[in-house]
Amino acid sequence: MTTRIACFGGIYNNYLALEAAIADAQRRGVDQMFCLGDLGAFGPHPDRVFPLLHQHEIQVVRGNYDDSIGRGLNDCQCGYTDPRDNHFAQISYDYTLQNTSSENRAYLCTLPAEIRLEIEGRQLLLCHGSPRRTNEFLWESTTSTSFLNWLADQQQADLILATHTGIHWGRELSNRRAFVNVGVLGRPANDGRTEVWYAIISVDPHSGISWQFVPLEYDFRRLSSEMTAQRLPPEFIETIQTGWWTTCLEILPAKERRWGLY
Amino acid sequence: MPAGDLPQVVPSHLDALWFQVTGLRCNLACHHCFVSCHPKNNTFAFLSLADVESRLEEAAALGVKEFYFTGGEPFLHPQIVPILIAALAYGPVTVLTNGTVLKADWLRQLRDAEEQGIYSLEFRVSIDGFSPESNDPIRGEGTFVRAMSGVKLLVEHNFLPIITAVRTWSDAAESHIVAEFVHALKEIGYARPRIKLLPTLQIGAEESRSCGYADHDRITAEMWAGFDSTQLVCENSRVVSDRGVHVCPILIESPDSLLGKTLAQSLRPFEVSHGACFTCYQFGSICANPSSAPATGKDR
Ligand code: SF4
Ligand code: SF4
Repeated sequence: MTTRIACFGGIYNNYLALEAAIADAQRRGVDQMFCLGDLGAFGPHPDRVFPLLHQHEIQVVRGNYDDSIGRGLNDCQCGYTDPRDNHFAQISYDYTLQNTSSENRAYLCTLPAEIRLEIEGRQLLLCHGSPRRTNEFLWESTTSTSFLNWLADQQQADLILATHTGIHWGRELSNRRAFVNVGVLGRPANDGRTEVWYAIISVDPHSGISWQFVPLEYDFRRLSSEMTAQRLPPEFIETIQTGWWTTCLEILPAKERRWGLY
Repeated sequence: MPAGDLPQVVPSHLDALWFQVTGLRCNLACHHCFVSCHPKNNTFAFLSLADVESRLEEAAALGVKEFYFTGGEPFLHPQIVPILIAALAYGPVTVLTNGTVLKADWLRQLRDAEEQGIYSLEFRVSIDGFSPESNDPIRGEGTFVRAMSGVKLLVEHNFLPIITAVRTWSDAAESHIVAEFVHALKEIGYARPRIKLLPTLQIGAEESRSCGYADHDRITAEMWAGFDSTQLVCENSRVVSDRGVHVCPILIESPDSLLGKTLAQSLRPFEVSHGACFTCYQFGSICANPSSAPATGKDR
C-alpha cells in the first residue's frame, strides 16, 4: 500500500494558506499532515495559525523562528548581515513576538527539533533547516549531492525533509534515498506566482519514495489587506501580491537569485 | 597556560574545500592582502587540473558541500576555466577574484557550464572603495576602473557577482559607504548589487600596512568556554595547496597550518593560537558566502 503524507514548510503567520493547504491535502486523501516549523514571521495575526494545527492534529517540527518566539529571544536567528534584510526581518519578528499569546509561545517550546517516522519500512527524518542545524540553509544550487548522501548516511535516513529556505526542491540520492525541501506556505517561491507550495510525499513498498510539489491558491488578497491593516511593510505585501521576494535576498545563492526579479 | 589548555577546534565535517589554485601568485599586490600575494610570489606552485580533479573525488567521498577557489588571482591560471567546470560537476563553486583579468570568452564558457548543471557559480570580486580615490591607494593605481569593468563583464554575462570589501573605514561611515557602493555599481549596469564586507586580518601585507597582532590578541581558554566553534572556517573547511592540505586559507603561509597529505588526515583538531584566529573569533565565518554561512549561536 502507498502511504502519502503532506508536508507544510514555514507558515509565516499565513493562516489563510494553511487553511487552504489542509483542505487541499484532505481532498487529495493524504494519510497524515506535518509542518516543518516557522509558524511565525511576515504575515498577520500569528495566533490564528495554532488552532488549525491543533484541530487537525498536525505534528510540528521546531523551526528557528519557533525557537526564538518560544523563548522570547531578540531576533529570528536567520543571521542576516545585510542591514536592509535585518531591518525587515526585525519588523516581522517584533510583530510576531508581540502578537503571539503566552499559551502559544509555551506550545512552541514543546516542539521537537526533528520527527522520525518509519513508513513502509523506510526511515523518514523531518527537520527544519537540516538534520544537523535548525537554521542551516539547504538550497538546491548550493547543496551538493555528496553532502546529502553523507547526511543521509549519518542520520540513517532514507528520506530527509526540510524547509527554511523558502524555495522547494528535491533530489534523488544513492540507494533509492532522497532529500526534499518542501517549500513554504508563508510566501510565494520568488517565482512571480501568487501560489504558495507544499509537498506530498508517497512511500510505496515497491516503487519507493516519490514526491510532488503542489502549488496552492489561497485568498492572497485577503491576506494582503489584513497585512495592510496590521501596518506590516508594503514590501512584504508586494511579495504576497506579485510572487517576487523583496526582502531576505542576501542569503539567496546566485542561481536562485537570478530566477527572481530583485 | 599549559599547552593542553589552548583552545582547539575539532572539525565536525568537511563542508567547504578551498583551492589555493594559483598559490600566492597575483597580478596585484594589495596593501591589505592577508596573504603576501604579488606577481612574483612563487612560495606555492599552481595546482594542475589533475590535482584539482583528484581532490574533488577525495572530497566527494567525504561528503563535501561546496568549493572555493582562491589564490592569488585564480584567473592567472591557464587552466582555470576547465578547472572550474570540473568542480561544478561535483558541487557549488565560488571563485574569489580581483576582477581585473576576466575575459568574455571564459565567462561565456562558465555561464554555459553553470546553466547546464545544478550548481551555482558565484564570483566574489574584491573592491575596497566605491571610487578610485578610496580603492586605489589600497589595491593599486587604476585597479578600481579595471575591477569595475570586470564586474560589468560579469553582469553582461548574467552573473551576479558578490562585491567584497575589506572594512577600512569607521562604523559611522559605513552606511554612507555602502550607499555609494550601490550607486557606483548601478551606474555600470549592475541593477541588484550584492555586497559583502570583511574585517581586516592583520597578517600578510596588512601587517605592515597597519600593525600586526599584539601578543594578547589571542583566543584564551576563558573566551573559548561556551563559544560556538561552528562559526570558524577551520571547524568545517580545509584548503589544498601544492604542498598538501592546510587548516584554512587565512593561515596558508604559516608552517603549522599544513595538516597532512590527504583530506582525511587533515580533518584533525587545530590549536587556534594565531592572531588571525582572534579576528575569526570576533567576526565569525568571514570566508563563507551568506547563503551558506552558519548564523551565530544558532546551533542546537
Ligand atoms: S588582496 Fe587579492 S587581489 Fe590583492 S594581492 Fe591579495 S590576492 Fe591579489
Ligand atoms: S585563522 Fe580562523 S579559520 Fe584559520 S585556524 Fe584560525 S580561527 Fe580557524
